[in-house]
Order: sequence, then C-alpha cells, then structure tokens
Amino acid sequence: MTSQAFAGRYGDFGGRYVAETLMPALEELTEAYRQAQADEIFRADLEALLKDYVGRPTPIYPARRLSEAVQLDVWLKREDLCHTGAHKVNNTLGQVLLAKRMGKARVIAETGAGQHGVATATACALMDLPCEVYMGAEDVRRQAPNVERMHMLGAQVHAVEAGSRTLKDAMNEALRDWVTNVRTTAYCVGSVAGPHPYPSIVRDFQAVIGVEARAQILDRTGRLPDAVVACVGGGSNAMGIFSAFLDDAEVALVGIEAAGEGIETGKHAATLTEGRVGVLHGSKSYVLQTDDGQIVEAHSISAGLDYPGVGPEHAHLMVSGRARYLSVTDGEALSAFELLTRTEGILPALESSHAVAGLHKLRELLPEGALVLLNLSGRGDKDLATVKQALAERGGAS
Amino acid sequence: MSRIGEALAHAAAENRAALVIYVCAGDPNLALTPALVLAAADAGADVIELGVPFSDPTADGPTIQRASQRALAAGTTLPGVLEVVRRVRQTSEVPIVLFGYINPILSYGEQRLTRDAHAAGVDGLLVVDLPPEECAGLRDAALQVGLDWVPLAAPTSTEARADAAAALATSFLYCVSMTGVTGSDAPDLESAAREAARVGARAGKPVALGFGVSTADDVRAAAKHCDAVVVGSAVVREIAAAATDDEALLRVADKVRALAAGCTRTA
Repeated sequence: MTSQAFAGRYGDFGGRYVAETLMPALEELTEAYRQAQADEIFRADLEALLKDYVGRPTPIYPARRLSEAVQLDVWLKREDLCHTGAHKVNNTLGQVLLAKRMGKARVIAETGAGQHGVATATACALMDLPCEVYMGAEDVRRQAPNVERMHMLGAQVHAVEAGSRTLKDAMNEALRDWVTNVRTTAYCVGSVAGPHPYPSIVRDFQAVIGVEARAQILDRTGRLPDAVVACVGGGSNAMGIFSAFLDDAEVALVGIEAAGEGIETGKHAATLTEGRVGVLHGSKSYVLQTDDGQIVEAHSISAGLDYPGVGPEHAHLMVSGRARYLSVTDGEALSAFELLTRTEGILPALESSHAVAGLHKLRELLPEGALVLLNLSGRGDKDLATVKQALAERGGAS
Repeated sequence: MSRIGEALAHAAAENRAALVIYVCAGDPNLALTPALVLAAADAGADVIELGVPFSDPTADGPTIQRASQRALAAGTTLPGVLEVVRRVRQTSEVPIVLFGYINPILSYGEQRLTRDAHAAGVDGLLVVDLPPEECAGLRDAALQVGLDWVPLAAPTSTEARADAAAALATSFLYCVSMTGVTGSDAPDLESAAREAARVGARAGKPVALGFGVSTADDVRAAAKHCDAVVVGSAVVREIAAAATDDEALLRVADKVRALAAGCTRTA
C-alpha cells in the first residue's frame, strides 16, 4: 500500500479519491496495464488496430487559407479523420483490448458529446463485449446522431436525468454502476480524468497523436512548432499531443477551454482558468465549485467540453508553468467553426472549434507567421443541428 | 475512551449491537435536523451519522442523492451542519460522526474543519472517498484534536487492505456489506456480517455493518456478528415520506424503535 500512496501523482494533483470498494479494482487495473504494456503481443495487436482499423497515422495538413486568415503558419493534426470521427477511438481500442485481456464480461463508459460513447461502442462491437454508455439527458438531446450510432453499434445508452444532465452526471452514474458491478465490469474512462491509473492510461493511449505529429512536423518543416494548441475539456486530446513535446522547452503548449457565454456570466466551463483546487471523480485537480465546495454546473455549447473538472496532469502543467490555458466563448467557437469550414472545407467538431478560435488569441502572443500545430480532435457532423440553431439565433448566415 | 467507544461498549455490555442512524443534515431543512437527531437518539440510536450533503455523491444511491439535493436546495453548508451539532449538544451527549465527501472539507480547510468540528461537539469523521492511501492529512488533523477516524472496508477489499483499514480505526471500522451504492439491497447480510466480524477479530476492533440494512430483520442478521449496525436510506425514506415536520419526527422515532428491537442478540 505504501508504494501506491505515491503513484498517480502529478505534482500536487491526481491520486485516488474513491470509495474503498473500487480501490482493489484500480490496483488490479494498474497491474494489468503494466503487464500489457510489457507484452509485445498486446502492443502489436493495438498497433495493428490503429493502423488498419483507425487509419493511423493521421496526416498533418498545412492549412494555407486558414493560416492567411489568422496570420500564423497553421498545421492541422487530422484526428477528425480517425475511424468514428475523433481521437477518442485511440483510447477505447486500448482500454477495451485491455478489458478483454483481463477477462471482463462487460464494458461501461460515460460520454459527453457522444464521441467517446461511440468509440467505446465501436471497440466493443469489434471485440464482442456488451457495452453500456451513460450520457446526460441534455447531451442525449443535443448529440442525437451519436446516440443513434451507439444504438446501431449495439450499445445500451442510459440517459442520466440527475443534476445538470451533462457529462459530470454521466460520470457519477457510471461510477455508481462500476461500484455495483466492479467484479465483472471494465470502466472505460474517456478522458485524462478520474482516479489513478486512468489519467496516465488515457494519456498513454492518446500519446500516439503527439508522437506522430512531432515526427511529421519535423519531417515537413524541418523544425519544431512554436506552439501546439488543443481544446481542453477533460483534456485527453490535448494531453495526447502535448505529451510528445513536454521536453521541448521552446515549444509553447496552449490549451483552450470553453468560456461558454462568457466568463463574466458564470456560465462557462473554464475549469483551469476560473476554478479552484478540489476533488471530483476520483482525482485532485482544478474544479468549478462554490465557496462551500459544491460542484457547479459547467456550460458550453460543446457537449464534450461541458465539464466542471479537468485532468490532473493539466493542473500540474499549468501550475508548473509548462503549459498555458486560455478560453474562448461559444460565439468565438462558432465563428471558428465557420472560418475553418469556409476556408479549408473541413467541418470541425465544436470541441475542436475552440482550438481553432484559440488561434486568434495565440496571434496576440506569437509573431506573425509563427509555426502552430493544432490538434483537430474531431469532425463536426454530429454538431450540425446545434450549429445551425445557434447561427440562426444570432442571426448569422448558415 | 471516546464517546463513540463508550456507546459501543455500553451496547456490548447489554448483549446487543449498537445502532447507528444516518440523517442527512438539512433534509428537509437545517432547522429540523437537530430535532430529528434527538428523536432518533431518544428512540434508541446509539450513534448518529450526520450526513454533510455534497452535490455529486457517487457512493450513494437515489434515496440519499435526493436527500442531499433537498438539503443543498435548502441552503445547507458545512458551517450550518456544525451549528446543528452545537444545538444537539445543548441537550444530548449522543455521539455524532460526520459522514461525507472530501471536496467540501478541502474547500473549508482540513485543519479548520477538524478544529471547528471538535469544538462544535462532533466525535468522529467518515469520508467516503478518502481511502487509506489518501487519508493521512485529514486523519492526522482529526486525531490531533481528539476526533475519531472511521475508515471503510468493502467486500472487494483484500485481507491486507481490510486489515490496513482496520488499523486506522480509532473507535470502529465501517464494513460495507455489498458492492453497490447506499440504499441497494444486500443479497446476503448474514455472511457479510460474518466476514466483517472476522476482520474485526483480526484487528481486535469493533466493526459496524452498513449499506443495504433497512429492516429490523436486516438489523437482526447483522447484529448476530457485528458490534454495530448502520441504517441510512431507510430512515431518509421516512423523512421524505412525511408531509409535515411533526410527522417526520414521529416516523423517524417509530422506525428507529423498530430497528433498535433488532439489535438485541437473542440466540
């Protein structure tokens, strides 16, 4: 037990703040993951899936017209081209492969935008495991296409009516399911959040993004980027791409959070920039909370960023000064959605649109023409109804 | 010996299990909570677990989730919960364990909370999401001011983990009867109680069995083997079902009397 006490810490953050019932399962998972990582067959199986099934490596793409618009040299890491339409599948294939190896009979997951739910349902269909996904009722409504996809893939979707009916409440319900069925069930966590070992497992499975992108940008431009930018909700796509650049001190790492209707309105999801240190869903990190330590409801037009917590390693990167975190509003994200669509013919997910919107903020920090690598974490097909409605409400063209 | 330890010893001397009753502070409002605590104590509760409501109680089932939401909607805060304890202490010495989650405590400040809780008349702390690996800071602060620390063991705990948890207990170890959230049905309370008793015997410490205990028969099954029995959701349901404050007090008293009858070991 003593060695466990120091495991899973990122500076002052991370840890395992869960009911005792789950502690042995977290120890079992930690050990099973350690063994799997050391197993050449496991690694080869996952690598083959990422190549032949997901379509990796995903390309990096020089976005010339976007670059002109933002006066930066922007390269997009095209995670939107992954099978299922987002980076989430990199992680779910790894975790479900691990669940299979551990002999688990059932997989559960939480989902916000539905991308992680779809990616988990996909991996479970592929590996023949029953899958149940918890999703806030509000997210079920606004991400209907992904709910349909999960159903088609054979997953059961539980609409969670508690609380704000979004990602936080979905994760609460998934944890309650896990505490009840822990002996037979694998919990496939979708972000670099949750109790140890999840933040490191999810980061490791997403690290392929950064490993590829670093080699690709060196190959194509002969140098490292001035900045790497990604959106941050829980923070898995950002950790995935940041992880390869942590030791490159000259590369600025910039995470973009959701400022929702504006920080000043209180309706936002800017956890790192506006939250306080606390414990949510099993780890210590920054949390949006009241003065009394009650978790508050986040707000973002993007269901995948609508979360009052954030992965503990991001908290550490911020406090240590290695990464910077900025925020953009719903409106700025919508404009960025339109900008990327019209300049490059790429429909980004609303989550990824936040990273695109962040380019305008980066321009204030970097010289004109600076080389920027942007993780385009997902595609926007799932968001068309939301975008159309939001644009109509603000009287814009569509 | 602490007030909790004395209550357990007193019950043991009467050849019965001690009855631990959970009440969520602020459900339906903070003004009624002291009276509910006193009603439970008068009806036979040996120890009160006073729930500190939290917005995201992941170890609790729907009954206590809803109670927590009602309490928060009624404006319950940690200082308000401590005020409840001060009011109870004006007339009663019933031992009180604060039962909750770590985030409101971190937000209040660990040192400040243990100091203020002790001053208000709290006897112990039980924090559901603070396993042995994470509890050192708060437990040390609690022990320094003379509060008891109540750790948890679960059916999934290995023998080593259960023993390590028991070693941290200063008055008793709380054993969870089944894998699940509060208010679920426990499939086999008696075997859970036997297992809990084995852990207690190894550590030489009293054990309480909780989760899934809702009727006098359930209490009887647990009381055969355990030093204490915890009932939570079943009491919360009585409060939720009451139309008036007076009815809530009567229902709680009736329920606790019925449960207390199950505590006596006959065989």
